Amino acid sequence: MAQITLVEAINLALAREMERDESVVVLGEDVGVDGGVFRATLGLAGRFGPGRVLDTPLAEALIAGMAIGMAAEGLKPVAEIQFAGFAYSTIDQILNHAGRMRHRTRGRLSCPMVVRTPCGAGIHAPEHHSESPESMFAHIPGIRVVYPSSPRRAYGLLLAAIRDPDPVVFLEPTRLYRLFKEEVADNGEAAPLDACFTLREGADVTLVTWGPMVPETLAAADELAEQGVSAEVVDVATLKPLDLDTILGSVARTGRCVVVTEAARTCSYASEIAAGLAEEALLNLLAPVQRVTGYDVVVPYSRLEHRYMPGKARIIAAVKKALAFA
Amino acid sequence: MSIVAKFEVHYSQFLDPHGKAVEPLPEFARDPGNLVALYRWMVLMRAYDAKAIALQRTGQLGTFASLLGHEAVNAGVGSAMERDDVFLPTYRENGVQLMRGVSLKELFLYWGGDERGCDYAGPRRDFPICVTIAAHVTHAVGVAYAMTLRRERRVAVCALGDGATSKGDFYEGLNAAGGWRLPLVFAVTNNQWAISVPRKTQSAAQTLAQKAIAAGMEGIQVDGNDVVAVRHAMDRALAKARAGGGPTLIEALTYRLSDHTTADDASRYRGPDEVAEAWKLEPILRLRSYLMADSAWDKAKEDALLRECNEQVQAAAQAYLDTPPPTAEQMFDHLYAQLPAAFVRQRAAALGDE
Repeated sequence: MAQITLVEAINLALAREMERDESVVVLGEDVGVDGGVFRATLGLAGRFGPGRVLDTPLAEALIAGMAIGMAAEGLKPVAEIQFAGFAYSTIDQILNHAGRMRHRTRGRLSCPMVVRTPCGAGIHAPEHHSESPESMFAHIPGIRVVYPSSPRRAYGLLLAAIRDPDPVVFLEPTRLYRLFKEEVADNGEAAPLDACFTLREGADVTLVTWGPMVPETLAAADELAEQGVSAEVVDVATLKPLDLDTILGSVARTGRCVVVTEAARTCSYASEIAAGLAEEALLNLLAPVQRVTGYDVVVPYSRLEHRYMPGKARIIAAVKKALAFA
Repeated sequence: MSIVAKFEVHYSQFLDPHGKAVEPLPEFARDPGNLVALYRWMVLMRAYDAKAIALQRTGQLGTFASLLGHEAVNAGVGSAMERDDVFLPTYRENGVQLMRGVSLKELFLYWGGDERGCDYAGPRRDFPICVTIAAHVTHAVGVAYAMTLRRERRVAVCALGDGATSKGDFYEGLNAAGGWRLPLVFAVTNNQWAISVPRKTQSAAQTLAQKAIAAGMEGIQVDGNDVVAVRHAMDRALAKARAGGGPTLIEALTYRLSDHTTADDASRYRGPDEVAEAWKLEPILRLRSYLMADSAWDKAKEDALLRECNEQVQAAAQAYLDTPPPTAEQMFDHLYAQLPAAFVRQRAAALGDE
């Protein structure tokens, strides 16, 4: 088994599925000859031809809309939007059309499509390149929203997303693309969608997070362990639909929960999880659910982004607050 | 300075407003039987339109977008397409949809607020009506791309209005369709009004057809009240697309004789004289004049046809009214291929089990 990065795992899954299913096509800006600005589609055009790996004009609404047309006509498009900051203009297509095509035609037409886009701050990129739009997508009926956090899960979840018969917005944590390597077996096995992954077991507090905040949260759990606090870490992975049961099960054991996201606080996905716990787990909670989030500010330019993204210290402080609650 | 590019936009008309042939008719139109068939469809469309408005006015149908005055565009587009082509309509192409096998009952269901009206028993791969203006131009690009990738000889036909040609999705889609030389026909119905905004305020472009030229495709203008002109332009564009010659945009000039929808009052923004003038150009009278002069049509046939159309429309309206409303469960049906566990509880709550 090879040790590969997250972005290499994306590439591996794309190649595997294009090989297996000739209806899979990849489209987006610079995904062909260039292999994508992050090289997620490297080598695919050469291997599968320009017909199945299309360099589109620079037009994001077109990319999303085209994918809808392709999917309704029997292809399985995997569209790349170069950065999440450019994906906002695809929301019209995803919300008004992809998410409701099956529903409004009573199952006659459907949109088995994936929209991939790199998300999150921390790569010293220009403005609009550090967005965390997951809760905007998670609000849309009829779609799935997936956000992997490791090479292995990225591989398995992308396979599952492409095979899924409904639209999937597949968010990729940019700063984890090459942060670490992991052994990934290219065995074509999909990971389960609609399920949280418990990455670390613990007894005192449940840390819930997803995507780019997972490594930082695991690091916080390590440090907490040194201080004698046993933290469970749950990677949500599929934000929509949410596997609340896994989180509820964990909180039933620990009694405390901290939800971590780098997205702006108001209406962040952390709020959805906190609300779910308030409704379903009140009597199991020993302390109020804590949200560790980005601030309600525009993501700052790169010189300040380390002050924007929640780090270990903010996570640990929230855990301490939860533990201190009588 | 030198000229690096030069373009022309051609206009075509075969029947003038009095129903006189001003050009030798194309092959299909020389057989009066073919024109009678188109005429019958156009009369059915108008009967349907009148019934839909009557139902809406009596509280038996939701907001309805009339196609009054658009019958020639509808019949020209609908008759030219092959069965396995894909049609992507807006809300003013119910006539094309009828010709492609969507039933009157399905159309009434749709406007009556029932998703089952989009589950067309006939053209299974046609798109449902696109309400968000011009979004479906990009869908058409994807459909046509899929056809090309599979080396099929099918064509996607995307219908839109003059207002849609102001949208970004329109330009993004046209640009891509031209670049890939896709088998696509854009049938633009220029009815002069985007709700209350007249054509000249929408764009300083001399024609809407010329917007195609910037995308590297042919753009032509036809008299949209002349079904022969629309059909002929469609025949040529479809044949070209099937032969790998790429997309075409057809701008059909007509007039929205109705309000925008039943929720609109057009007298707020346009005068009666303009509408009265437009009625003199309307498509059904024109074709009837031609057919009567040609002895292919007469009053007895007209009376019989009107009776037949009204009966057909009445029966479909009754079938729609007799359809039981959907159950609450149907909100959740077809939301996903399989409803995720997370939403099963919501469905149960909607059904009152919780």
